[in-house]
Amino acid sequence: MKRIKELTNGIFTENPIFVLMLGLCPTLAVSTETINGIGMGIAATFVLLCSNIIISSIKNYIPDKIRIPCYIIIIATFVTVTDLTLKAYTPALYKKMGLFIKLIVVNCIILGRAEAFASRKSVFDSILDAIGMGLGFTIALTLISVIRDILGNGAINLSLNLGDKTIGTVYYIKNMNPMIIMIMPPGAFICIGVLMGLYNKLKEKKC
Amino acid sequence: MDKLLNHAPHMKHKDNISSIMLDVNIALLIAVIPSYLFFGPKILLIIAVSIGSAVLSELIFQLITKREITALDGSAFLTGLLVAYNMPPTIPLYVPIIGSIFAIIIVKQLFGGLGNNILNPALAGRLFVMFAWLPLMTTWVIPQIPEYIKQILPFMPDSLVTSATDAVSSATPLATVKLQGMQELIKCYGSKQNLYFSMLIGFRSGCLGETSTLFLLIGGIYLLIKRIITFEIPITYILTAGILGFVFGKDGLFTGDFLFQIMSGGLILGAFFMATDMVTSPLTRKGMIIFGIGCGFFTFILRKFSGYPEGVSFSILIMNSLTPLIDKYTMPKPFGFVGKKENK
Repeated sequence: MKRIKELTNGIFTENPIFVLMLGLCPTLAVSTETINGIGMGIAATFVLLCSNIIISSIKNYIPDKIRIPCYIIIIATFVTVTDLTLKAYTPALYKKMGLFIKLIVVNCIILGRAEAFASRKSVFDSILDAIGMGLGFTIALTLISVIRDILGNGAINLSLNLGDKTIGTVYYIKNMNPMIIMIMPPGAFICIGVLMGLYNKLKEKKC
Repeated sequence: MDKLLNHAPHMKHKDNISSIMLDVNIALLIAVIPSYLFFGPKILLIIAVSIGSAVLSELIFQLITKREITALDGSAFLTGLLVAYNMPPTIPLYVPIIGSIFAIIIVKQLFGGLGNNILNPALAGRLFVMFAWLPLMTTWVIPQIPEYIKQILPFMPDSLVTSATDAVSSATPLATVKLQGMQELIKCYGSKQNLYFSMLIGFRSGCLGETSTLFLLIGGIYLLIKRIITFEIPITYILTAGILGFVFGKDGLFTGDFLFQIMSGGLILGAFFMATDMVTSPLTRKGMIIFGIGCGFFTFILRKFSGYPEGVSFSILIMNSLTPLIDKYTMPKPFGFVGKKENK
């Protein structure tokens, strides 16, 4: 039971975007289309999972005073793997997300969870925490992306270009004059602000 | 009994939120007259829809969040009316609806309701829809002059169609001067006196509430007489924008057109009705003067150097966000205040 609690912790009670408010920079920048949100969430989850496993395994051998640079090296390795994989297999998505894949290195979620969780708990607990946080991040990011996509583009973009072929389609909303501000930075802040307020209100009611 | 804080005797003043809002709304509604004459009856629909969605959204929000219902006290009416006044006459109806809903729910209610908002709701709503639908918000039409007016004022031009504009769309006087120069604008109207007179009564393209200087001034003077607003903000705002525009004119120093600068765009509407909003402007006289000068300064900068047609909305919102800082530094000292350095 305690194990399942750790998993759902990252999705509901300590959702990294709406409650912990970590990693807002890539959230705001990348969430202009639905597929971007899903892609970023999966990339961050992969990095979080792998780095949590490694950090948790070697936590007893890292000297306390230099732990942050060590974590960064480990995280950077996996970010490079993700970066090159995305560049090779989904070049269109990679170009759209631009710099933000590389910026997963300094995404506070990953460093924060490494510092607060993986360096203290066992490997299995760290895996559960990483999956929970990653899922929470992806769900929240996808939610924001869907809203901004619908309002700002008049469509839900679920098409992924894999170089030679494209899977999925873009679903357009008929007869809608899209609100361009929603895919601009002010729209991102407004969207996240309103959603954060609603989320915390629901959480407070449930407790 | 729960509202009395002091001991008798009491003196009661007849002002409350509803009466103040009623006066402001009456003063503003005077400017519908020239707008209706020159732009047609469709503007009445825009105004009605905007006010309706503002009042309804406030009512629904207060019902859902179980707060005190204040939707009918006139402040939502005022916000809806100001949002409508900032719309061009050809706007499709969903734009003022979304603008009003955003202004009331997000800018006003989510910050704490009347008295707690930082930014002027109507202006923030207007900017929201401007960036949402920029092409819709920047298409203007040429006003049509009705026959009976033409008979009273025969020197007015028949219409403002020139080689640079076509019969349907047009540019505001500010945009025309910026892109093509003052001479082109004067050619449209016939003579400089015609231009000034037309701007005074509202015969120019622009948003449906900002065109008529004269009717807006009547409303503003009504508010000044009734002591609902004080003269500091409007006078300093208008004078600063005008003087800066005059000094740094297009052809060199001191060649600007003072009257044109103060009558064009939404300056009179903004200075009398939006910058003076008591919630979002400073409390003290010194603070109000700083506020007015700041607004005028930013309006001048944006009109001169930016690509946007109008600087009034941005400058008022910038000064709104600086109001807490201005209040902090212009706080009046209590009587007999010496300072904290007394104890040894």
